[in-house]
Amino acid sequence: MSAHVHVAPAPVGGRLLNAVSFVCGVLILSAFAVLALRFWGGLGAVTNLNDGYPWGIWVVGDVVIGSAFACGGFSVAMLVYIFNRGEYHPLVRPALLASLFGYSLAGAGVIFDLGRYWNFWHILWPGYASPNSVMFEVAACISLYILVMWLEFSPTFFEKFGWSNAQRKVGRAMFFLVGLGTVLPMMHQSSLGSMLIVFGTQLHPLWQTMALPAIYLISAITIGYAVVLFESCVAAAGYRRSIEMHLLTPLSKVMLGMLGLYLAIRFGDLVVRGAIATAFEPTLQAFMFWLESIAFVLPLWILGTPAKRANPANLFTGGAVLMIAGILLRVNSYLVGYQTGDGWSYFPSIPEMLVTFGMFAIEVLAYIVITRRFPVLPREDHAPAGQAA
Amino acid sequence: MNSRRDFLKCALAGGAAVAGAAASPAAQARGNADVSPDAVGLLFDSTLCIGCKACVAACKTANDLPLDINTSPDWPWDVPLDTTARTFNVIKVYRDGKATLKDAEQGGYAFMKSSCLHCVDPSCVSACPVSAMKKDPVTGIVGYDKDACIGCRYCVAACPFGIPKYDYDSPTGAIGKCELCRHRMQDGHYAACAEVCPTGATLFGKVSDLRAEAQRRLALKAGDTTTFPRGNLSAGDQPAWEGVVPAYVQHVYGEKEVGGTQMIKLAAVPFDKFGHKPLPERSFSSKSETLQHTLYGGLALPVVALGVMTFLAKRNMPKDDEPQAPHTDQQEGGR
Repeated sequence: MSAHVHVAPAPVGGRLLNAVSFVCGVLILSAFAVLALRFWGGLGAVTNLNDGYPWGIWVVGDVVIGSAFACGGFSVAMLVYIFNRGEYHPLVRPALLASLFGYSLAGAGVIFDLGRYWNFWHILWPGYASPNSVMFEVAACISLYILVMWLEFSPTFFEKFGWSNAQRKVGRAMFFLVGLGTVLPMMHQSSLGSMLIVFGTQLHPLWQTMALPAIYLISAITIGYAVVLFESCVAAAGYRRSIEMHLLTPLSKVMLGMLGLYLAIRFGDLVVRGAIATAFEPTLQAFMFWLESIAFVLPLWILGTPAKRANPANLFTGGAVLMIAGILLRVNSYLVGYQTGDGWSYFPSIPEMLVTFGMFAIEVLAYIVITRRFPVLPREDHAPAGQAA
Repeated sequence: MNSRRDFLKCALAGGAAVAGAAASPAAQARGNADVSPDAVGLLFDSTLCIGCKACVAACKTANDLPLDINTSPDWPWDVPLDTTARTFNVIKVYRDGKATLKDAEQGGYAFMKSSCLHCVDPSCVSACPVSAMKKDPVTGIVGYDKDACIGCRYCVAACPFGIPKYDYDSPTGAIGKCELCRHRMQDGHYAACAEVCPTGATLFGKVSDLRAEAQRRLALKAGDTTTFPRGNLSAGDQPAWEGVVPAYVQHVYGEKEVGGTQMIKLAAVPFDKFGHKPLPERSFSSKSETLQHTLYGGLALPVVALGVMTFLAKRNMPKDDEPQAPHTDQQEGGR
């Protein structure tokens, strides 16, 4: 950690219309077309949802996985401000940007999955809201967190528009926003795991445990770092910038530490409950469990030595594999391990997938537009032609 | 640089908070809910059911439910195969071999009613974020209010019996499930399925009476003669009839399952043959709510965490987050 003075964030510049943004645009339009059909004909018109699997990839993908992928901002802000690791400060803004969109879209995405969306405000309305419901906790915390994140990120916009007064005011409250921005995601990321507890024996013992909140929270923080590694590598390659190796290499070590904690909790719980025995039965659930476990363990090997962590390709791969692990944990616990009775099955329909792809496309497009036009990524000293390693 | 020390301090504080929360569940833990003394329910006796499905038709009429064709389109029948958002009650059949003997496990058949069991401690009510699923504090009926419902389908996913169903074919779909004809009770009516049942296989009544009746039948000797009440057990509105005691399986389904249900079942064929999976006695909602109340009771833990986080953030906030000096970090060194 040699460099502690960081260059200020600056817009990347460049054209907004290119192959990537065009593909994103097409995906977004197809998603909207599917959504029009959904609002016209009901959820059954476009999804494969059924009463055995009432939640599909719009819930598990867009909300549960989408919000875990959006934990970069929370994970890095916690490292910088709570654990006082100021050297990672340049990573905060880009990570927060991705989080902002991940969460805002997860919040918006819920609306079109809701069967009676016009009543959505009931969830936060006294008289309707039910604090015993884990979903109430998730909804309240995510709503508040989206608000907090927009405020946390607002200096970027104020800076661009030259609203120094507003910028100063938000700056003064920033410590409180950071505090909230740490506690709120801890609450709802753990609750996304707790949501499954009421499913009881419908959920396979490999995933049904009172440790679910801890498993979901620790994995979300770990994935937050993985997403930052992944994103930094992709942004560097896409914008032909130099990779911030002096930050990412030590960050990957922090990620491995969290991953170690995660694996200790995950497998400790399986052994203590004796559920690990079911992992050796010839079932789809056991197979998927091992796939999930391999994806969680693999980054320990990919990034296992200082030499490996100094290689950007490994940072990218390690981050990506851990993101896949996070997807598998969530898909397994919400869908594969969920067995509601005989005769029910679910696999997302093409239109359903188009909507999920469209949601991620919105995030990518927004990231491109904002990083090119607003001060998010650290200013490059040399011309942007500098090819990344 | 004392970041390592801070890290340890934080880790310790966090660990202590979690340990504190884990150590104090006794204060906030809740066991299974108790059944209300005036709770009402159903007793379904599989051995008395003749499969006439009068209850299925009566349920449709009483709840003003539309046609529900879920057989393949070229079949000229409208028989609902399972409960859906438009069918709240069906009679299913267990079959083995040639299925000639009624209520015999081998080579026989037996009927089973599928409808809401009105749990004493329902998962759907615990799951519902907007109080659209509510348990009546007196009758214990689990009712649904579509005007409150947001259509999240958490109840559908949570119910261990697969009862609340959502209407995926409607752009304004709602949940559908049996509400024990609570809308007919003001007029002195009760559950339509029990009202029309010709044999008393479906019997309405107070839960305490129904449980006593179930125990009475299990204590009888197979082959003896006894009387079987019909309609409303607690009111005695319909004449009882005399019949032969069947060879009951010694299990009142719904007496203990997930903390008990207000609809209970008797049969002469083991319940797993009807697809009734074994369920623990501890209700899933009590587990979920104990966890939530432990973590969030009085918002104590979140507020303490927020205090710690805000304090640390205030202390560690780099100067460059204040707008006057937006371009340098607080730490020294050069690049």
